[in-house]
Amino acid sequence: MMIDGFIALYIFMLAAFVGHEIIGRVPVILHTPLMSGSNFVHGIVLVGAMVALGRASTTLELVIGFVGVVLAAGNAVGGYVVTERMLEMFKSSKGSK
Amino acid sequence: MTDAVPVRGLIEACYFIAAILFIFGLKRMSSPVTARGGILWAGAGMVVATVVTFLYPGMTNYILMIVAIAIGGIAAWISGKRVAMTDMPQMIALYNGMGGGAAAAIAAVELFGGEDHGLTFGILAVLGGLIGAVSFSGSLIAFAKLQGLMKKTVRFSGQQIVNMLLLVVTAVIAGVIVVQHSGVSVVTVFFLLALLLGVTMTLPIGGADMPVVISLYNALTGLAVAFEGFVLQNAAMIIAGTVVGAAGTLLTQLMAKAMNRSLANVLFAGFGDTGAAAAEGPEGSMKPIDGRATSAIMMAYADKVLIVPGYGMAVAQAQHKVWELAQLLRERGVDVKFAIHPVAGRMPGHMNVLLAEAGVPYDIIYDETEINAEFATADVALVIGANDVVNPSARTDPASPIYGMPILNADKAKNVIVIKRGQGTGFSGIENALFFLEQTRMLYGDGQEMASELIASVKAL
Repeated sequence: MMIDGFIALYIFMLAAFVGHEIIGRVPVILHTPLMSGSNFVHGIVLVGAMVALGRASTTLELVIGFVGVVLAAGNAVGGYVVTERMLEMFKSSKGSK
Repeated sequence: MTDAVPVRGLIEACYFIAAILFIFGLKRMSSPVTARGGILWAGAGMVVATVVTFLYPGMTNYILMIVAIAIGGIAAWISGKRVAMTDMPQMIALYNGMGGGAAAAIAAVELFGGEDHGLTFGILAVLGGLIGAVSFSGSLIAFAKLQGLMKKTVRFSGQQIVNMLLLVVTAVIAGVIVVQHSGVSVVTVFFLLALLLGVTMTLPIGGADMPVVISLYNALTGLAVAFEGFVLQNAAMIIAGTVVGAAGTLLTQLMAKAMNRSLANVLFAGFGDTGAAAAEGPEGSMKPIDGRATSAIMMAYADKVLIVPGYGMAVAQAQHKVWELAQLLRERGVDVKFAIHPVAGRMPGHMNVLLAEAGVPYDIIYDETEINAEFATADVALVIGANDVVNPSARTDPASPIYGMPILNADKAKNVIVIKRGQGTGFSGIENALFFLEQTRMLYGDGQEMASELIASVKAL
């Protein structure tokens, strides 16, 4: 599959609308967890970092690719853990009501 | 390579599923009832996408890959589990910076190859690399500032011009890379300049504005990921990155609006610069209260008490004690409500997280627009660890740097009790007119100790 030119633009535009819609109706109380959640979602960069490292050949590329994967894994895992911890509390506070 | 096509199909299908899971997950995260399920959905999407990527055709270095994932993942897991709720904003900044760095690393690996993939690809790779690198170094500075590793706000005259020049030079080099497919040395200089730009852009921004900046970098990282997704022809990255970019941009605007600052203002004007002329300070004097008993009596026999918690309360870890006090008062029939300013804590919603941690139920927590009219009928407004968000100068003094910022009208309450560590000014360094009002009493001391003493006093009544 080639993602090019206008196809790319269409994807970009539609995804941008989706992102805008999702946040637009969020109550203030969830802003911090949601920011954290969206921070987790761009942890998908891990996939790209893996591909970049997988294709790296020179030492320099290997080093940078390696660092990239470490950073990306940190983004994904860290983003998940803190978001989950915050949302966990929201659940328990509802239960005690 | 005969099986490349079906494998490719499987990978694309899994990325498609991951994209759907991300969007559903974020959607569910936008309501308190379904929020917890939301992160699980998004997490599942991440696992699916990551696992299937191991099947990507033409890859080597699997051992390095697994080691790298283990290092980054385990370090983040441990730090994420340990971090205190009060430190959440800088942790988000840190993880976000890592994502930006990863996007920049992808761009670097692609650009070091020096191959010609066409103009669009070149531009997007360079742009994603630039944004990712700025987001990386900028987020690290934001982390260092909020964590207290970097106390000083560095400003010098002509700083904006230096930043502008830096941006222009970086952009020119970026153009050269796109057109000439330059080698390692030029690309390295490009990334070093981009990293430097992130640092110089973030250094002059004060701590109070940091949440807006973190949110902006969050959106930028999303954008960088989307651009690198185009470069790698990876639909999951494009969609997830763009969704975050758009959502993050809107969230940034909402935050800036809540603080009554435009985004440009946050980025390009040092906070407090406008208020230099209005240094005379409010009239009157601060009146310390003697004996916690007086304030305990005031609250215990009140009909309505509004509690205004601020970041200072969270720093003192006083939220559990405050909730205990609130419960005591409620048992005595006092109508107790929590009034939360949109930027209480360090980012919108941060205070709600901290109160939720202490077990305060939703239905007595109100935000600024819901509660502001009620201050006029409140007997006591208990301000604990909050400062700028209750400063009436924002309403009355056009010379004040925070003039026009929506505030909680604590000054309208019949009595105001302020629990505060000392006589100093708040995060923004502005004198608070509320503390000098006739009906205001100051309780100086540690938030947690003061709350404990108030509890003891109320119990003794």
